[in-house]
Amino acid sequence: MSAPSGITLATLTKDIRLEWRSKDAINSMLFFALLVVVVFSFSFDPIAEESRHIAGGLVWVGFLFAAIVALNQTWSRELRNQVLDAYRVSPAPANALFLAKAVGNFIFVAILEALMTPLFIMFYKLRALGPAWQLLPVAILGTWAIVVNGTFFAAMSLRTRSREIMLPLLLFPVTLPALISMVEATNVILVGDPTTSAKFWIVLLATYDVVFTTGCLALFETVLHAE
Amino acid sequence: MKKAFPILAILTAAFLSYAWYEALVVAPREQTMGDVQRIFYYHVPSAWTAFLLFAINFLASIQYLVRRNPKSDQIANWIVIAVGVLTSIGAYVIRPLPQDVYPSSIVTTALAIVGLYFLIRKLFSEQATDILALTTAEVGVVFCTVVLVTGPLWARPVWGIWWTWDVRLTSTLVLWLIYVSYLVLRRFSTSGQTPVLAAALAVFGALDVPLVYFSIWIFRTQHPQPVIGGGGSIDPRMLHVLLINWLAFLCFAFLVCWSRYHVERLQREVEETQALEALLEPGGNVR
Amino acid sequence: MTFLFAAYTLTWVIHILYLITVVRRYSRLKRELSELNRNKT
Repeated sequence: MSAPSGITLATLTKDIRLEWRSKDAINSMLFFALLVVVVFSFSFDPIAEESRHIAGGLVWVGFLFAAIVALNQTWSRELRNQVLDAYRVSPAPANALFLAKAVGNFIFVAILEALMTPLFIMFYKLRALGPAWQLLPVAILGTWAIVVNGTFFAAMSLRTRSREIMLPLLLFPVTLPALISMVEATNVILVGDPTTSAKFWIVLLATYDVVFTTGCLALFETVLHAE
Repeated sequence: MKKAFPILAILTAAFLSYAWYEALVVAPREQTMGDVQRIFYYHVPSAWTAFLLFAINFLASIQYLVRRNPKSDQIANWIVIAVGVLTSIGAYVIRPLPQDVYPSSIVTTALAIVGLYFLIRKLFSEQATDILALTTAEVGVVFCTVVLVTGPLWARPVWGIWWTWDVRLTSTLVLWLIYVSYLVLRRFSTSGQTPVLAAALAVFGALDVPLVYFSIWIFRTQHPQPVIGGGGSIDPRMLHVLLINWLAFLCFAFLVCWSRYHVERLQREVEETQALEALLEPGGNVR
Repeated sequence: MTFLFAAYTLTWVIHILYLITVVRRYSRLKRELSELNRNKT
């Protein structure tokens, strides 16, 4: 199966190279996330002890909104240059394209998270009282959940009016279980109550990822040809 | 067919009035909650009806997607049968089951869903399944809205809170959100293949709902929440009134769906005719 | 109880509002259909 993975890799490196040169998505995401952090910190005292309980939700909401910014422009470049039409008539499997886009988005959002996390820690004086290493699987699984569905729904809303509204509107209800898991897991880890464990949530996130990655891969071909 | 409609409408109205009377007067007064509990006779039937309509939407959406290709149609038929059989077996094998859930009800639901799938396949052509999907989604959202409105109105006087994030409420809200976004996609999509996209979204939504239910169920077992709704035994007189109301609302839902279906079919015929006319226009004639 | 009254009333208000949209769509279609038929003759 070298051909599909070759396509995936080629598309992925192309996207990364393009993004590296223009830094469009990363810059807008960073700025947006920064705004969210600052505005949230005005709404309540971020250093107070109680804020540790809601910090998880805040961080993930911030990342989610920033990810939307990146996801919205996922397909716009392809649309502009008729790449999608070329893909439709080529014998290449649609999944290869989807995977490349999804992994590309994942990398961009992961970079964003890596850059923003020190800021969050600084602004909210965050310190994980529980096992901090668990935050890594939560972040990886959670980000993939948002990105895989986001890439799929971005493709779905290509030919709709008010495209930028359609994406969040479609994305949020469907990703709710993943969001709940991410936020709960983060809160559990930050609060560090020894009677609670984030393991349930991590397993649920993994299940969610498997189910919806399969769903996206299965249905993407249909969606691509439906534009 | 259309002649029957006015008669059925009057009969349904009568039935609904009778059910309303039963709910308000005949049903016994609840011991702890008082008369407010009578909201139950509207809240629960609406929920069951909404879930039924969404289930039909899910089945119709799958059908629309698989029937475009005779091979996938065949495969889908076998998968549906397999799912039915496996679920029935699993109901008796898997332990422990969630609270209030019995193996017999799982089997009945599974078989009903399989039966519905093939019934829809028999009754509706490929294009018609898309109209069916749209109709049931719209009417389902209406009934779901009723559930989400009557729920807090019942919860507030009884438990002092308008809302809580327990399994049932949150998964109902998520269901409502998913189907509202489904309807928005249908309205705003300018693609020629809107039905396909909408069907894909419906499938996604259906995958999501059990996950939502499951994730919040775990949450509830970790943080005990006020138990809301049923569970335990119910006074047979109340059950009787509940079932009467459900039957009445089912008839009502059927009539509403029938009307909406008819209107949608008419709309598509008109659009086709208009498109045809535009093609056949002897040039230069602006309408 | 006012909550009971509100719940029952709102239920029917929601249903009636939806039915009104269906009827409006239907009358608009009927009008377009008669226009089409008129233009044909």
